[in-house]
Amino acid sequence: MAVYAFWILATIVVLSAVMVIAARNPVHSVLFLILAFFTSAGLLVLIGAEFLAMLLVVVYVGAVAVLFLFVVMMLDVDFAELKQGTLRYWPFALLVGIIFAAEIVLASFAGLENHVGTFDASPGAETNAEAIGQVMYTQYMLLFQLAGIVLLVSMIGAIVLTLRHRPGVKRQSIAHQTSRRRSDAFELKDPSSGQGI
Amino acid sequence: MDLGLSHYLAVSAALFTIGVVGIFVNRKNIIVILMAIELILLSVNINMIAFSVFNGDITGQIFAMLVLTVAAAEAAVGLAILVVYFRNRGDIAVENVDLMKG
Repeated sequence: MAVYAFWILATIVVLSAVMVIAARNPVHSVLFLILAFFTSAGLLVLIGAEFLAMLLVVVYVGAVAVLFLFVVMMLDVDFAELKQGTLRYWPFALLVGIIFAAEIVLASFAGLENHVGTFDASPGAETNAEAIGQVMYTQYMLLFQLAGIVLLVSMIGAIVLTLRHRPGVKRQSIAHQTSRRRSDAFELKDPSSGQGI
Repeated sequence: MDLGLSHYLAVSAALFTIGVVGIFVNRKNIIVILMAIELILLSVNINMIAFSVFNGDITGQIFAMLVLTVAAAEAAVGLAILVVYFRNRGDIAVENVDLMKG
């Protein structure tokens, strides 16, 4: 039963990956990318790696793909012009792809112990998340912290890259507001009648 | 026939190849190049998780999480660079990036 589900999901993953690189409209590319991420999360659920599957949905679909969608829709680019002349790249790309596929298949299937039907996504624990948590906060603590630093640096980098101060934009200056005194703002005048100030 | 490690390795190999072909085909459009890189990282993740699960060793899943982190960081910084480049030049044609090489 699981094997049928696997073939259905695998077909969808591969077809949507092909559509990601072949679609004319980049918005369609992003949507097919989301489909590919979702279905590969399904593939992971099939072998019991539920935590990584949910993480794939949250991080890839929820953050990365939406970021892509945002940028694609925000930039006013003539994508038809970018697509021109890509047809002549296909033969070379297919040649490279066939060589790559042959090498990967030869390398990863030579002398492979297939482990058919015997899989355990959470060794030594009740659930998958528990098994990950048992080693992630003890044995791989430094790697976990390092991942946090990578995220922090990339976040700061993205903000520094895209932040710009345009001249002439009115902003609130709280220090300026609170340091105002009555004498700065008020002036009492006593005009005599019939004359202006 | 039951589900085996080779099933997942085949999907992963196909995804990786499609990603590499995508980089070659869409060499003018940097957004699709970034998406192809995401596909490649996804295939790496599937590979690591498959080996982890079928060998009963949780370490592969920890490393898949690290790859996920790097993929998210890479997408954020890459798209930020893209936005800045578009703001400065008004298009995202990759062949003009080396304009200032002197």
